Amino acid sequence: MDSLRELFADPNTRWIIMGCVLLGLSSGVLGSFAYLRKQALMGDALAHAALPGICIAFMLTGSKSIVLFLIGAMVSGILATLGIGAVTRHSRIKADTALAIVLSVFFGLGIVLLTQIQHSETGNQSGLDKFLFGQAATMIASDVTTMAVISFVLVFLCALFFKEFKLLAFDSGFARGMGFPVALLDQLLMLLIVVTVVVGIQAVGVVLMAALLITPAVSARYWTEKLGVMVTLAGLFGALSGFVGTWISTLGDNLPTGPLCVLAATLWFGISVLFAPRRGLVAKAMLRARAKKAIRTEGKPMTASEGGAL
Amino acid sequence: MKNAPLRISGLSVAYQKKPVLRDIALEVPEGKLIGIIGPNGAGKSTLIKAALGLVPRLSGEVAIYGRPYAEQRKLIGYVPQRESVDWDFPTNALDVVMMGRYGHLGWFRRPGANERRIAMECLAKVGMADYADRQISQLSGGQQQRVFLARALAQDAQLYFMDEPFVGVDAATEKAIIALLNELKAQGKTVLVVHHDLATVKEYFDWVVLLNVELIQAGPTADVFTAANLQRTYGGRLAILERNDHETGIGAR
Repeated sequence: MDSLRELFADPNTRWIIMGCVLLGLSSGVLGSFAYLRKQALMGDALAHAALPGICIAFMLTGSKSIVLFLIGAMVSGILATLGIGAVTRHSRIKADTALAIVLSVFFGLGIVLLTQIQHSETGNQSGLDKFLFGQAATMIASDVTTMAVISFVLVFLCALFFKEFKLLAFDSGFARGMGFPVALLDQLLMLLIVVTVVVGIQAVGVVLMAALLITPAVSARYWTEKLGVMVTLAGLFGALSGFVGTWISTLGDNLPTGPLCVLAATLWFGISVLFAPRRGLVAKAMLRARAKKAIRTEGKPMTASEGGAL
Repeated sequence: MKNAPLRISGLSVAYQKKPVLRDIALEVPEGKLIGIIGPNGAGKSTLIKAALGLVPRLSGEVAIYGRPYAEQRKLIGYVPQRESVDWDFPTNALDVVMMGRYGHLGWFRRPGANERRIAMECLAKVGMADYADRQISQLSGGQQQRVFLARALAQDAQLYFMDEPFVGVDAATEKAIIALLNELKAQGKTVLVVHHDLATVKEYFDWVVLLNVELIQAGPTADVFTAANLQRTYGGRLAILERNDHETGIGAR
């Protein structure tokens, strides 16, 4: 507990914690919709695709501004989605393969540009090399303020479009039939994911951002059968991962914050898979054992209401 | 004269250059139960989806009660194929039925007590009131189909499109669904149903649309649902046809 008190005593650490918590919160919320829309990999693709956009934004302006990075990441994110769409439409290649192709091309291009930047005069000070895996320690008060504003807007938009996103994720054909502009909603969701990715790049980096988007959402799915609760839980799990990751990183030297946040999220995922009520492996094993016992003792299987329809 | 619930003219649809529907012209009468019949790949589902604007059409016009589809959306109810969604979605039966009200609610407005009441009524109509709080993956195939039907009822439409509502449901559910469709018909509503089982066509539908990429024939079941027309619809599949034709005879008795 002493280490917890120390954690909040240092103002720098306080900012980093706040940044990681905010990041976990917004990526958990957005990730829920991406996961249910069956676009878990899209988050990964968008995160990787953001890299060249950010590099080009830096090369053109020479400044490290989150707004410029956002614009760059959005443009390359849109190009990547268009690319995936074009490949699937004009060839026999399926969406997951197209995703893999486009993701690697954009990431490769990003690495080339990143290397160029690092060997330029301003490059060494740019800190752009940290964008691969992130470096939360570089976050300062102004960064966290920006993150707070963006996270608030992201969560607010998800609350505003909750009904529409829910319908989009469950039954997009039905949504279109009722006159909702499904393509536009899809793009809005993508846009929000790109924004989340860009926000997370400084702390977690493009490579690990996908994990922070999806893992809390998948964990949350284990604990509830209600979408609203799931989205809230995913946000909480994400925030908790951000907190725990930062905390552990302060306990020793040379412990990277971003990757630790991802590991914390994964640990929680493991706990969810095992111990979640009803959906967890332990709960399922116990149910099976009870059913077996019931058959042996009663000589008849459980009723449908006990076991649930299969 | 009153406008027909659905008028289609010159409709063609193609998936990657292969025509799925060619030059369909169709006008359906009001207050009828209409079966859309044809072999696999005949474009039955596509016809519904094209009418609803879910798939892009190469050419042709679709009018709902005389006006473009976009203006008449609230008059339409839709039951997609059950397999088209992931039933492991975190939601319950009541919530799915409430989705039928989203079109009436419009942007941003959340479903409230009124929507909940309508959804409960619709669940009761399909005999699913006791399952309102059940997570949807815990429902059987027939129960899931009933939930989809209740959602379409919640749309409170005049014209219903149903994509294979009888697939994978047991006999009791099938009878319950057909009773409900007859009730809709009695209220003057028009229902188009993509249907597979030739044996029950005469029993269920007043009107049939025989389809195989092109429109073979459409009209009252008694006039159109003949062996000769079925031959043309299922052309080249005579073995299947004869067996089905035999069943048709049994079904009609």
